[in-house]
Amino acid sequence: MKTFRVKLIMLCAVLMMMSALGGVAMAQSADTVNILFWQAASHMNPYLGNGTKEFEAAALVLEPLARYDPDGVMVPWLAEEIPTVANGGVSEDLTTITWNLKEGILWSDGTPLTSADVVFSGEFCMNPDTGCTVLTEFDGVDTIEAVDDHTVKITFTGPKPFPYGPFVGYLTPIIQAAQFADCMGAAALGCTDQNFGPIGTGAFMVEEFRANDVITYVANPNYRVEGQPSFGRAVFKGGGDAESAARAVLETSEADYAWNLQISPAVLNAMEAAGNGTVIVGFATSVERLMLNQTNPDPMLDEDTRSVWMEDGSNGHPFLQEDAVWMAMSKAIDRNIIAEQLYGAGGIATCNVLPGPPIYASTNNDDCLVQDIDAANTMLDDAGIVDTDGDGVREFNGVPLSVTYQTSTNAVRQSTQALIKQWWGEIGIETELRNIDAAVFFGGDIASPDTYSKFYTDIEMYTNGSSGTDPETYMGNWRTTEITHPDNSWNGSNVPRWYNEDYDALLDDMSQTAVLEERAALAIQMNDMLVQNGVIIPLVYRGSVSAYNNSVSGVAMNAWDSELWNIAEWTRN
Amino acid sequence: MGKYIIRRLLIAIPTLLVSSFIIFAILELSPADPTGNLPLTIPPETRQNIRAALGADDPFAVKYLKWLRQFFIAEPLNLFETSTGIILPGSEDRTRVISWQTRGPVMDIVAERLPQTLWVVGSAYILGTLIAVPIAVFSAYRQYSLFDQVGTFTMMLGFSVPTFFTGLMFIIIFSVNLKWFPSIYDTTHVVTDIQSLQVQLRQMFMPVAVLTLFYTAGLSRYTRSSTLDNLQQDYIRTARSKGLTERTVVTRHAVRNSLIPVVTLIGLGIPSVFSGALITEQIFRINGIGHYLIIAIQGGDLPTVQTVTFIFAVLVVLFSIIVDVLYGILDPRISYS
Repeated sequence: MKTFRVKLIMLCAVLMMMSALGGVAMAQSADTVNILFWQAASHMNPYLGNGTKEFEAAALVLEPLARYDPDGVMVPWLAEEIPTVANGGVSEDLTTITWNLKEGILWSDGTPLTSADVVFSGEFCMNPDTGCTVLTEFDGVDTIEAVDDHTVKITFTGPKPFPYGPFVGYLTPIIQAAQFADCMGAAALGCTDQNFGPIGTGAFMVEEFRANDVITYVANPNYRVEGQPSFGRAVFKGGGDAESAARAVLETSEADYAWNLQISPAVLNAMEAAGNGTVIVGFATSVERLMLNQTNPDPMLDEDTRSVWMEDGSNGHPFLQEDAVWMAMSKAIDRNIIAEQLYGAGGIATCNVLPGPPIYASTNNDDCLVQDIDAANTMLDDAGIVDTDGDGVREFNGVPLSVTYQTSTNAVRQSTQALIKQWWGEIGIETELRNIDAAVFFGGDIASPDTYSKFYTDIEMYTNGSSGTDPETYMGNWRTTEITHPDNSWNGSNVPRWYNEDYDALLDDMSQTAVLEERAALAIQMNDMLVQNGVIIPLVYRGSVSAYNNSVSGVAMNAWDSELWNIAEWTRN
Repeated sequence: MGKYIIRRLLIAIPTLLVSSFIIFAILELSPADPTGNLPLTIPPETRQNIRAALGADDPFAVKYLKWLRQFFIAEPLNLFETSTGIILPGSEDRTRVISWQTRGPVMDIVAERLPQTLWVVGSAYILGTLIAVPIAVFSAYRQYSLFDQVGTFTMMLGFSVPTFFTGLMFIIIFSVNLKWFPSIYDTTHVVTDIQSLQVQLRQMFMPVAVLTLFYTAGLSRYTRSSTLDNLQQDYIRTARSKGLTERTVVTRHAVRNSLIPVVTLIGLGIPSVFSGALITEQIFRINGIGHYLIIAIQGGDLPTVQTVTFIFAVLVVLFSIIVDVLYGILDPRISYS
């Protein structure tokens, strides 16, 4: 037993010595910028990206022809200038766009960037065997050709009023043709070395890549701007969770930047109060909204009728299309409470389906921002929708106003549901809540009755938004031909199954309009139609929340492009 | 004994084949979709293209046979080539097991991550065992003493408090408040000299401490009750009446016999060291095997999940054979001939 006691004492001594080593544990290296992404990057090829993590990891290395700045305005990046109709870069008939590359740009391996690389990047994505994730950015592209070494001409199959899909923004950067030559199509799957370490024109180049773990970068010696980047190294660490990432930046100062900090506002505020870092928010177009089913989701109906849209309008919802009903429902919600209490810095109350960029944001619906339960009750009383049988629930034509309200399982969403259920209860509308696992709810399983696209309930809630600054594709979500229906296996984006010929006509107009202000006017008109016809009840304009440590300057949160878009300009204080 | 081992190894082959099939079938039946986590803005046709490029839509039998060939033929041949430098004919056409998420060979990533897991989880396991056994034996010997009461209480606590709680407590105390240890594990750190060894020890401290507490707790409770059992046996009374010293009675007679079931427990627990400590790896960003498996499951990455799970199956089968053999050596009453 004596030896055991000795061992125990020795062990304690070792532990104490290890503790004594502490004190200076976490001095950051001044020359290295540490970035934390709690979702780790699986590879660095944006054309095969599984999500934001891959695009962001690649953004330090690969660059597009033009980027968006934090205000959503395009700025030329590898290109000389933004082509427009006015400067002749976009043809009068809106079918071609011609980009001019900046002179003298070198890849990090020292070879020059040419238009052949741009052409190759387009072909790489458009090859059907590649399985390119961002193929929609190349929608309508007919050919991409190199006019000369520094000029690229993209021809579309028809007029394209917004031709800035390909090679603008971090989703479609330029990859090096020489490096990826053998990786086209099906071969893309086996090109591990290329996908793990693309050669780029950006501020940094890959030193070591560890899949789903950590990426080490070193400054690109051939970067075009003298004296940039100011950091010699960058480390992109993945894994963990949002809360501990926030702690590492805001409390322990172990990291310089943390991405996507969707955590309870109270917790995040407390961490920021420590004074070591700053929380930043960028708002793009994401809106948490309630979708109102325009068809009848009655579970008693058979499969060919339940939630199925009929062209003659015969299978409409028993009461949700009634103006007084949806208006009262919207009026009874206090969006500010939801935004402040549940979303914190990452949410603003909104009444619009399309809340940004600013020129597209409508101001015509702002009265919904103020909750008014009394007005909502009066509205229903005046419309004659009253409680006739004394059970506390109003009836419309004998049908009780009882709704089923579904969303994906998530703490914030469940809290939102609980609040709204209570408010609707106060105006005599009974609510049954359901939540479904996100993988099932957003999954495409045609056999499942619980997918958001089948929408077998009265109300459902989720977030969606436009994928870029231009809202044409996004507004096209509610076109009649996009209605989810058994005939198209419930694939479609018009999930509430709304049908309006005037709306479709506006979309057609938009596809022929190139002038920005006119496009904005059309987008606002469509937004108002969606909101003022009770198709969608917008709730919260959601931003992305990140944080940086105060020892770094130059961080400019960007919701329209990569958050790390200007990392070359970041400096250590 | 030799015959017994050979027989067990032969039986292991069909066992593993069947289990590989079962794993594959379960994964195939699960609704996981490699394109399921892509943003809503990506249309169904693009998703279809991606699935086709990955080979996710191939029939079940094709996918399974492809995996069998990749895992049992291509991977060993590749290992042979890289370790000896001899390039065999047909090397170009061999496809290895490729992950759908990373588009890289699964085995390379496993090899890259195994050291991290073994360093942290392995040292915690060893440390846990070294601490648990003496404490448990002493507790049992002095049953109901103060040491026993405190020890049992601590172990109960360690066993019932989950690692995600202790991990968080450690971070808040040692990283946030005292600033002694880093809360982020640097997987790229290389130990070259005393200085870097200190850095390595410091970053290992918290995860190892959390896991050690957990392992110690589980093991010591078991060892304690086993020792208690043995201390009441007739042969202990015999040993004492022979006039042997207490020390010999306890270490030579009681402890040895008590450790037989404990060895089984330790042996069968070793595969779990390789599978990593899921939650602890997540909290401290160790990004070992456990983290890799979780990411693959979430991403619907079937080849990775299949391969990693199957490796665990191999380890479990292997270690149960080893434990059975050890059992025969430790306990002369058991004979395999």
